[in-house]
Amino acid sequence: MRVLLKLTWIEIKLLAREPVTLLFSFAFPVLVLVLLGGIFGDQHMKMGAYKSVKMMNWYVPSYIALVIASIGTISLPVHLSSYRERGVLRRFRASGVSEAALLGSQLLVSLGVALVGALTITILGGLAYGARLPASPAEVALAYVVGVFCFAAVGVLLASLAPTARAAQSGGLLLWFVMLFVSGTSAPLDLLPSWMVDIGKALPLYHSVLAVVDPWIGRGTNWTQLAIVAAVGAVATLVSLRVFRWE
Amino acid sequence: MPPVIVAEHLQKRYKSFVAVADASFAVEQGEIFGLLGSNGAGKTTSVECLQGLRHADGGVLRVLGLDPLTQARELRRRIGAQLQESALPDHVRVWEALDLFSSITPGGHDWREVMEQWGLTGKRKASFHSLSGGQRQRLFVALALVNSPELVFLDEMTTGLDPAARRVAWDLVRRMRDMGTTVVLVTHFMEEAERLCDRIAVMDAGRIVAEGPPQRLVADHARYVTVVFSTDAEDLAWLAEVPDVDRVMRHGARVEVRGGGAVLAHVAAALVAHGITPPDLRVEQPTLEDVFLALTGHAMEE
Repeated sequence: MRVLLKLTWIEIKLLAREPVTLLFSFAFPVLVLVLLGGIFGDQHMKMGAYKSVKMMNWYVPSYIALVIASIGTISLPVHLSSYRERGVLRRFRASGVSEAALLGSQLLVSLGVALVGALTITILGGLAYGARLPASPAEVALAYVVGVFCFAAVGVLLASLAPTARAAQSGGLLLWFVMLFVSGTSAPLDLLPSWMVDIGKALPLYHSVLAVVDPWIGRGTNWTQLAIVAAVGAVATLVSLRVFRWE
Repeated sequence: MPPVIVAEHLQKRYKSFVAVADASFAVEQGEIFGLLGSNGAGKTTSVECLQGLRHADGGVLRVLGLDPLTQARELRRRIGAQLQESALPDHVRVWEALDLFSSITPGGHDWREVMEQWGLTGKRKASFHSLSGGQRQRLFVALALVNSPELVFLDEMTTGLDPAARRVAWDLVRRMRDMGTTVVLVTHFMEEAERLCDRIAVMDAGRIVAEGPPQRLVADHARYVTVVFSTDAEDLAWLAEVPDVDRVMRHGARVEVRGGGAVLAHVAAALVAHGITPPDLRVEQPTLEDVFLALTGHAMEE
């Protein structure tokens, strides 16, 4: 436990010393949110299950899910696999740092980083586009925690499968971009052809978006979607503990 | 007291490459044990198997009475490791690394003392990427010792250290040994092995080719001494006939006469008899380097 906390604190300090490593995870979603706000402004959804919901009230919570996904599919795997590539993991392992402490610290750091991202998006969306605040903060928090758990586990899995940090980066970016377009985080879901939605449903971001959006706009916790996100996280955890490599 | 390390018929291959063919050795409590060999001899692979960082393909390993594979967690709390190829995050500071690693095993040394001993106090707030090669090396040794290990593995510890820092490091290793820590020193550096180790295993092509205290290895495997002097004399063919002389080599004025037993006395007498009295006549004792050459048939590659 002491090692977990110390390692987490060191990781937080390392991020603060080199914030550029988070630039993509943060800057890109915020930038796209600004563009979407410029395009859709005060418009409302015109059809589908979210008809008449103000579009920015959809995008703000869904971009919180997107930031969580970018931390898990890009930042975390690149970070872990570059640790492995450079021999940092080897050093940790030889000194008896446990997998639980190492991966636990990554989860805690991801929670913290995602929180900062979520607050940035909430404030920006509220001030610039009059997006609403969450209807049920506690239920949104639950969806946020489950989302971080899911994507952190996916991130560890990607880090374990990628042979190098560069491979982790390309693979993570590819997965993230595909999810960006098929999960309601770019064009609204109802504008997508059904085959795209099917791809979306096969990937975790789609479900994580709905799990965050529903309690945000006052529809309460979407237990089905939350359960899917949790299940993906559980499977990714089990698999990644089997395939995790220190070197 | 049982040995701290027992390795019996250790074997390890990477695909078709045999890194360790068959290595057996034991390390006793409280000694500095050297694994000496050139690059690729299998030294690092052997100690990585002993630390449970690699799976041996064959043989029996016991370290502090534990199986390095199935009891790796407990083992790593009780040993220290300075690895040859490893790193820390670029922006982590010296004190943070020591603080973190000391928290893994509660009840170890105060990390501040270790930091002081290894001359890192002035660099406590420096980040890892700003350290010189020698400072990194000292930090890694300090990290290996911060949990007060019973057994410590030092793999090419003095690589990157300047001669003065190297001597300081040797003193600290001796002090560690005197305080009861068993040290396994992996090195390809003859002088280090000869000066520092209580016992040495010479490794070549994945096998242990000799084992023993350095002086005994020299006595057993390098029986020749070399008599060296300078002279302008043209014809020295008669030197080969002098008793105990094995071989005569000449490089310009410098003459080297290799031989056993009383070669110095015989050569000196013969020189005087031929009217040659070189003022620089001296004898060079064999070193571990000669042992290595005799055992492996090749010189140590740097």
